[in-house]
Amino acid sequence: MSKNEDIVTFNKKKFRFSDWFAEKVIKAVAFLSIAVVILIFIFVFREAFPIFKMDKKAAASTETLVQESYGGAGTENSTVKIADNQVDNSNKRQTNSDKPSSTLLSKTWMPVSDNPRYGLWPLFLGTLKVTLIALLFAAPISILAAIYTSMFAKPRIREIIKPVIELLAGFPSVVIGFFALMVMATVLQNIFGYASRLNAFVGGIAMGLAAIPIIYTLTEDALTAVPKTFIEASLGLGASRRQTAFYVILPAAVPGIFAAVVLGLGRIFGETMIALMATGNAAMISMNPFDSVRTLSATIGAEMAEVVFGDTHYNVLFLIGSLLFIFTFALNALAEFYFKNVVIRKYQSKK
Amino acid sequence: MNRNIKDTIVESITGMCVLMIIFIIVSILAITIIGGWPNLNWAFLSEFPREGMTKGGIFPAIVGTAIMTIIMAVAAVPFGVITAIYLAEYANEKSVIARTIRFAVKTLAVVPSIIFGLFGLGFFIGFVGKNLDSLLSGGELRWAQPNILWASLTMALLTLPVVIVSVEEAIRTIPRDMREASLALGATKWQTIRKVVLPGSVSGILTGTILAVSRGAGEVAPILFTGAVYFSSHLPHSLSDQFMSLGYHIYIMSTQSSNVDATQPIQFATTLVLLLLTFSLNAIAVILRYRIRKRAK
Repeated sequence: MSKNEDIVTFNKKKFRFSDWFAEKVIKAVAFLSIAVVILIFIFVFREAFPIFKMDKKAAASTETLVQESYGGAGTENSTVKIADNQVDNSNKRQTNSDKPSSTLLSKTWMPVSDNPRYGLWPLFLGTLKVTLIALLFAAPISILAAIYTSMFAKPRIREIIKPVIELLAGFPSVVIGFFALMVMATVLQNIFGYASRLNAFVGGIAMGLAAIPIIYTLTEDALTAVPKTFIEASLGLGASRRQTAFYVILPAAVPGIFAAVVLGLGRIFGETMIALMATGNAAMISMNPFDSVRTLSATIGAEMAEVVFGDTHYNVLFLIGSLLFIFTFALNALAEFYFKNVVIRKYQSKK
Repeated sequence: MNRNIKDTIVESITGMCVLMIIFIIVSILAITIIGGWPNLNWAFLSEFPREGMTKGGIFPAIVGTAIMTIIMAVAAVPFGVITAIYLAEYANEKSVIARTIRFAVKTLAVVPSIIFGLFGLGFFIGFVGKNLDSLLSGGELRWAQPNILWASLTMALLTLPVVIVSVEEAIRTIPRDMREASLALGATKWQTIRKVVLPGSVSGILTGTILAVSRGAGEVAPILFTGAVYFSSHLPHSLSDQFMSLGYHIYIMSTQSSNVDATQPIQFATTLVLLLLTFSLNAIAVILRYRIRKRAK
């Protein structure tokens, strides 16, 4: 008994400032990641927010006296400038069409003109087109490749295939973009014979390349996470490896594969450099996959360097950034919470 | 018989998918090497661009990339290591805090790189820089504009998850017995971390740093409007200077240069330099990681 007490008092004496301090510092620093995510939220949204604010002011100014709404905005420096432009514009044309948020849903993206229009539809459509093409290219090929690696390949071959495909993840996207711009665009044009050299198709394939290692690696993980007993039971019943792969392993790994595709989708959706270099950067509404497109992220990348700090255009670009951020955040949350829970439930109930 | 044929067909289709991916990887490498090798020489690596970027080398881009990644690593590695120590040693896996931190790290890893660029512009330049200016020099424009410091810090945030994941993985491979032995000898938790855990995870920290540098050297979107410039006649000599970077150089030269065709050899050679750089860094990281994983088994 006394020995135990000794230990207790010994432990108590052991309080050291350095230990206490180290723990506090480590905990504080660990919070940095959370802080950064919150800061990104705040600062990206903050710069996007004025669009909606000045919209009200612009609306008010067209209804009543211009000078009054002017004076009301005098408290904040940056908004004054924007409201200023806004008021000028609305005076000139006397229409509601140049309220930024009413042009947001229009069909033209023409931010640099006398009558700037910030219609996001062409950008949405362009992003959707490129993303679909990229996903249709990358998802099947990476999933099938992962099936081969985990099911059919001999262990020694497998040890080679995996790191080689993971190499692709190390290629900077600007390098893939350059390859698409210089080589793929010409080759694909020669094969398919379409008009514009850089288009949604080329961009989509190139972005698919960037997504392949992500989808491949995560799918491979999901496939190898399926309990060995499943495979042995199936093979033991006389099923071939192919039947086991497609009727036993694949169904069991579906949630994990979905998560892999969702994360690949996030990568494609936010990819900027490849979009900038290989999609042709023309904001137009068309369903043709061989037309040039402009994606949301490429719009930010291409135009942010030239806009005036605090201008409407600047705010709209931040609004696009906010949308991108919300979307990838949601995708990540989906992959993280929903699919993980499904996987866990599945195996626990079957074990 | 029918079943056997099906088996063979399916196996060869999936195998062809693997071959196709490998073919693409090899062709990117081969075309870059064939296109870039003839122009790659010492002069190209050590000279400034000349005659409106159509001649000369990429020396400032190499130096700019190097300085940027060094500042980035200095900022990201300590924070990454400490966060990893927290996650591996202090955090209770079931606690809300630990799970939130983990989720935040994963979020940082999937946020598109262009968003980091926007954040760098809105936060570092528009907020921190602006306030620094009004504080230090009474509103004179010095920090509230793109520069190498803001670009590096933006990149550090982007590469933070890379460091955290690598270091945590390494820390977790250190046998429990070693920690317990240290604690049983009377060492405190912090002493154990400092004398046992950290020395044991040096290779993990190194892997994380290398991967982060490789990622940072290749990313362009975050520095598009936080510090990279098309051309600079001198090397950056202060933190508030702008800089040239390899990735940005490739992007600009291949899309916005006045004469894209004439500068093609330069573009290919620059791409080759960037690819070789990230490639060799990744190869080192893969080898280090392999050794760590072997220890875990």
